[in-house]
Amino acid sequence: MTVTERLRQKISVAFYWHGLLCASYPVPIILFTAVCILACCYPLLKLPLPGAGPEKFTTGVRDYTVPPEDPGGELGERPEWYHGPPVAYIQQVLVKAAVSPWDSKLVPVDAFRSPLGRVFALLDEIRSHMHSDSSGVRSLEALCLQVTDLLPGLRRLQTILPEHGCLIVSPGNYWQNQRELFDTDPDLLKTVQQHEPKGLHVSATLKDLLFGVRGQQTGVSLNSGKRVVTYTVTMALRSYDARFLGSLRSRLKQLHPSSNCSLREEHIVHVYFKEEIGVAELIPLLTTYIILFAYIYFSTRKIDMVRSKWGLALAAVVTVLSSLLMSVGLCTLFGLTPTLNGGEIFPYLVVVIGLENVLVLTKSVVSTPVDLEVKLRIAQGLSNESWSIMKNMATELCIILIGYFTLVPAIQEFCLFAVVGLVSDFFLQMLFFTTVLSIDIRRMELADLNRRLPAEAGMPPSKPGPLRPRETPPPPRPSPHTITLQPPAFRNLRLPKRLRVVYFLARTRLAQRIIMVGTVIWIGILVYTDPAGLRIYLAAQVSEQSPLGGAGLPHLGVAPVFPRGDPTSTLSVLPPAEPTPALPENLSQGHAPQAAGRAVPQIRWGPEDGEAWKHLSFRHWPLLFSYYNITLAKRYISFLPVIPVTFHLSPQEALETRHPHDTHHAPPPPSSTAPDREGPPPQGDLTLYKVAALGLAAGVILVLLLFFLYRVLCPRNYGQNGVQHGRRRRGDLPCDDYGYSPPVSEISPLLLRGHSMDIECLASDGMLLASCCLAGQIRVWDAQTGDCLTLIPNHGLRHCSSSGGWEQRNGWDVGELESLGAEDPDADVALLRRRAAPSSRPSLFMDQPDLTPLIDTSFARLPPSQATCHSGFDFGELVERAYLEHEPSPSPTYPPSPHTPPQRRRSVGDQPMAPPEPACSSPPDWDSSVWALELRGNLIAAGRRSGRLELWDAVEGSLRCSNDEGVSGITALAFLSNRIVAARLSGSLDFFTVDMNKPLGLRQYRGTPGRGSMPPLSPCYSSEDVISCQVTRSVQCAHHKPITVLRAAAGRVVTGSQDHTVRVYRLEDSCCLFTLQGHSGGITAIYIDQTMVLASGGQDGAICLWDVLTGSRVSHVYGHRGDVTSLVCTTSCVISSGLDDLICIWDRSTGIKLYSIQQDVGCGASLGVISDGLLVTGGLGCVSFWELNYGDLLQTVYLGPSSEGQAVRQLLVLDNAAIVCDFGSELSLVYVPSVLEKLD
Amino acid sequence: MADTSDVKAHQLESGPAVCGPYIAVITNKTANLVIRGVMLFSVGVFLSLVLNLLQVQRNITLFPPDVIASVFSSAWWVPPCCGTVSVMIGLLYPCIDHCLGKPHKFKREWSSVMRCIAVFVGINHASAKVDFENNVQLSLTLAALSIGLWWTFDRSRSGFGLGVSIAFLATLTTQLLVYNEVFQYTSPDFLYIRSWLPCIFFAGVITMGNIGRQLAMYECNVVQEKKHQD
Repeated sequence: MTVTERLRQKISVAFYWHGLLCASYPVPIILFTAVCILACCYPLLKLPLPGAGPEKFTTGVRDYTVPPEDPGGELGERPEWYHGPPVAYIQQVLVKAAVSPWDSKLVPVDAFRSPLGRVFALLDEIRSHMHSDSSGVRSLEALCLQVTDLLPGLRRLQTILPEHGCLIVSPGNYWQNQRELFDTDPDLLKTVQQHEPKGLHVSATLKDLLFGVRGQQTGVSLNSGKRVVTYTVTMALRSYDARFLGSLRSRLKQLHPSSNCSLREEHIVHVYFKEEIGVAELIPLLTTYIILFAYIYFSTRKIDMVRSKWGLALAAVVTVLSSLLMSVGLCTLFGLTPTLNGGEIFPYLVVVIGLENVLVLTKSVVSTPVDLEVKLRIAQGLSNESWSIMKNMATELCIILIGYFTLVPAIQEFCLFAVVGLVSDFFLQMLFFTTVLSIDIRRMELADLNRRLPAEAGMPPSKPGPLRPRETPPPPRPSPHTITLQPPAFRNLRLPKRLRVVYFLARTRLAQRIIMVGTVIWIGILVYTDPAGLRIYLAAQVSEQSPLGGAGLPHLGVAPVFPRGDPTSTLSVLPPAEPTPALPENLSQGHAPQAAGRAVPQIRWGPEDGEAWKHLSFRHWPLLFSYYNITLAKRYISFLPVIPVTFHLSPQEALETRHPHDTHHAPPPPSSTAPDREGPPPQGDLTLYKVAALGLAAGVILVLLLFFLYRVLCPRNYGQNGVQHGRRRRGDLPCDDYGYSPPVSEISPLLLRGHSMDIECLASDGMLLASCCLAGQIRVWDAQTGDCLTLIPNHGLRHCSSSGGWEQRNGWDVGELESLGAEDPDADVALLRRRAAPSSRPSLFMDQPDLTPLIDTSFARLPPSQATCHSGFDFGELVERAYLEHEPSPSPTYPPSPHTPPQRRRSVGDQPMAPPEPACSSPPDWDSSVWALELRGNLIAAGRRSGRLELWDAVEGSLRCSNDEGVSGITALAFLSNRIVAARLSGSLDFFTVDMNKPLGLRQYRGTPGRGSMPPLSPCYSSEDVISCQVTRSVQCAHHKPITVLRAAAGRVVTGSQDHTVRVYRLEDSCCLFTLQGHSGGITAIYIDQTMVLASGGQDGAICLWDVLTGSRVSHVYGHRGDVTSLVCTTSCVISSGLDDLICIWDRSTGIKLYSIQQDVGCGASLGVISDGLLVTGGLGCVSFWELNYGDLLQTVYLGPSSEGQAVRQLLVLDNAAIVCDFGSELSLVYVPSVLEKLD
Repeated sequence: MADTSDVKAHQLESGPAVCGPYIAVITNKTANLVIRGVMLFSVGVFLSLVLNLLQVQRNITLFPPDVIASVFSSAWWVPPCCGTVSVMIGLLYPCIDHCLGKPHKFKREWSSVMRCIAVFVGINHASAKVDFENNVQLSLTLAALSIGLWWTFDRSRSGFGLGVSIAFLATLTTQLLVYNEVFQYTSPDFLYIRSWLPCIFFAGVITMGNIGRQLAMYECNVVQEKKHQD
């Protein structure tokens, strides 16, 4: 024994014990595992929550120093990212300018033209500002962030954004910072707007960048209500020089004082930008995730033969996910902080860890023998796969180890994670998944038991041991509840797996819930990260709306100048602000008295102005810097306190700077105060309206999309059950939900025509086919070719003598010739010849030479109608009947002179001719209809209403024997080898034996010359044999109510009666073995086959499976509303049909309903099974083939040429895989389409 | 056991594979070839677009707002070329298997194919995102990863040979294109380009071959079934 083998054995033994352990104590082990997972995931709590928004950190301005490069030592309150100098210091000069007082002569453009014009002077001021102290003279040039080229993709912005030198942006950039260009610009708004993107935008636009405040706040628009223009001059500084900035601040403040500004200038805000994931970056990530899900899907699809496929798939995914979490948690615990982007490496980790082991485990456990105990199954399955699992694990570890030695930090880290993940995955597989699997398998067994328990309880004498069908182990089957369908809604049943997924989604409303949860999470993330400044915007809205919002705001303006009740008049209640202080530049002071009654734009400074940049899009700064190829990802910028600047311009100034084109703009508003009244609300509301409209549009599109998906995925007739699928027409084939409809077969069924009325009984033995119509006519057909071999006429003569009979016959002949001619001209010719020339059957007529002249004469003498009646075998049959009726008769009073009497009788008709032969078996009793028909060999057994049993020769059409002993109608017949069992209406059961005797009389005939050479005509019962049918036993009171069904197989005869019981008899000695009770209604259907499977169905809609050996009930299910009309069993399932026209397919071992098929009305009973895997059902004018295991509709064969078909009520499966079904007065022989044979 | 279940799974998966027109399409050689070609082409184009995006991201983390442009940042002819080549490879692999007489049986399942694609994307990801110290290290790592890919998902000698030869040819073509200045790499380092390109090509060939073989399995199965039936 080599080392490997020994190792292998050890491993397998260890796994075996482990499996036993897991299966024995599932709950403690799962609890233990859960605790382990939670413990390992605990360190994850320390990790910061991921968020896309930037982070802020505020420091005081006074003692600000550039943070050290090395984060080192104690961090204190400082965030981790706060080390080293920032990318830039942002210094904003916030300008608020207004023309005041507003004059009615002014046009709207004036509200911003001259205020904007002031920016150039301000820029000059800033650029030329010098600060000199002991350390020298400094200007802005020395401090500011020098930028070089714009990104090559931004040519169109070249003239606008600064390309060289300091990064200073202001609205002046629109005009290249040149006052002349500004003055000559005829349309300022157009200049500003031309760079705006069309449509809706979420990111920062150029206008935002240059103005430095949000678009609506700038006040640069024609219908702005406030007439206060706000903009900033934004400087990016490379280094921080407190003294220079201080001097600049004081200089600007001195030049342009903001009287009521109380901005506190004591904080520097540092903003840290995370690595932003753009859409472009998201696409590969998304792709990997899609591939990951495809991988998981394809893997879990392989899980089969378990009770809950989805549960196990979920367990597998949970195993992998929690092992990942555990690995991250463990790594964090041991101080390995993850630097990799978790979202990116996650899919690869899953792929590396894989789901394979789980699947292998499941497969191995499932393939162990089912009759073992669950514990042992688990243990065996585990130990079978132990070696491969260990081998795989070792290989993977080796590969990862190799990866670790690449010495690339990122790969090393990945490998470390993968190793920990692999180990924890192994741990979880062994403990968690194995246990879940054992629970699952136990549930499966329990389900089996549950189905059987009532049966065992109800049967006192039953032995529990042999109940288990050892000879038929539960076959692999799909999980029952995944394909149990609501019958009516899924008429066109076809269940590929993809559809099952859809059904699953539909049933659990999974998609809905996921969308709901997703939306909630998304909203949560939105609120959490606040990317669009939503929270601030809302807060601003609220504070703007509420009158108290502005209470604390000191404001400029004289309260009594608002005489009318506009919104701002609420402010008049407030204590008026202190009178406008003297402003050197403010020329409006002088105009104030006469400005009463006119609006004075107010310039207010509020605390929110100090953080105007916070209102900007959080992409504002990354965007600005990205134009110069500077990334802010994982870096921070520092915002210095803004410098407030206020401009008050006089109307004269505004008029002076006015461009001649400005007046061409929209006429001034009719009332100067109108904007005041209406202005602000539209501003705010417009955005809201936009958002609402957008949301509405998105909703509509979503609904349309969902509707489309619904149409694509859901069945066409969903929700309108019972209307659409009432009948299946030729045009609308049943199709599955993907529009795929199984093909109509190319072969056309063989129509067997001849019966004048609806077909009542059908019987077949594979070679021959016997049918009986309501008129009592029995026809025998060749099951292979469809030729009508024999016609056993009843009141043939009565009909023949009338002209109606003639027409009928004629019609039949033509019809059959047509139908046959279509397929086989040769057969047609042969048939014709056979019919036309009686000499084609010399064997029949050679030994009766004296008959031929009679025939000839009869052809000549008789009316044509009779002549046709005599066509074919009728003569032979007559003669044979003559033999039959005379030779075996025990009475010697009738000499063997058979020639004339039968002939005479034939010519006279079929009227009861009892007087001449009173003692012999009476002639065929044509008056009572045939209730039961059986066919074996070439003998047809027909049970009539009168209680008479007749045996006919199928080939020759002669009555071989009859028995009149019973008086009660024969309701059912069974014909096995040489025994016939007849069940009667009275509830009695007769056992007949069919004996063959070489008749004496025949020997005598043989002795006569010319008759010795008569060849045997039939394989089973030679026509010369005398057949007698004797009652061997009559069970008078088998049931005390009429027997409804009778089946015989495997030496057993089973009867079902309306007295709610089923009885099992032994065929040989007619001994009653069991009386099976359990139905609460009359028995309507019984199935028994050679393997002694007995199933019965009753009027109560219940189906019982019985063990024929012990007489115990194996299972008992209720499946139908109304009678069970037919039952068929295969090795794996039981198929039942009921009066509710529903066909149900049950799992035989567990009694769980697999699925059901809604039949056409009245076709419920017609079903058959071909070769265990193919179900045939009849419909209106068609026959459908179904794949039995999954319920897929394979093919539909239409029987008639017209779309209006009659219902197929009976269906018989022949041995040669042909199907015979009745089709009104016709029979239809359908060969199973060749494409279906692929299933076998 | 595995094989039969596999075949069964495919039967089930291709749902209508047991009946009429679908069978006809599948068994019709030309139609089958066209279907496979189209599928391979779309996979090739998609992967080339996505992987190109990965490469583009290597240096720039923040994009100018026009994202759509960056998706199609490569020249227009690159994706169709990739698609065509992947069609070629995907059809060539099963063909060679057929010529050698034994169909590829190792891990013939869709889940394994998906795993293979994921690993391929991962290799690209690593080459694009991970910072290596020098190019030798990068190329060695990539080579090891590619060979690991082959060993994990293919393990056939024909596959290896074909992969190496096609990778060689593709690298040669690329270099020729660069010499003729049809396009250029952002990084001027010649050695750098040469080092990672063949490995990526090799991994790509293995992946596409894997997909192609898996797709060809349908035909195989159905044809076999047909034979059985006949």
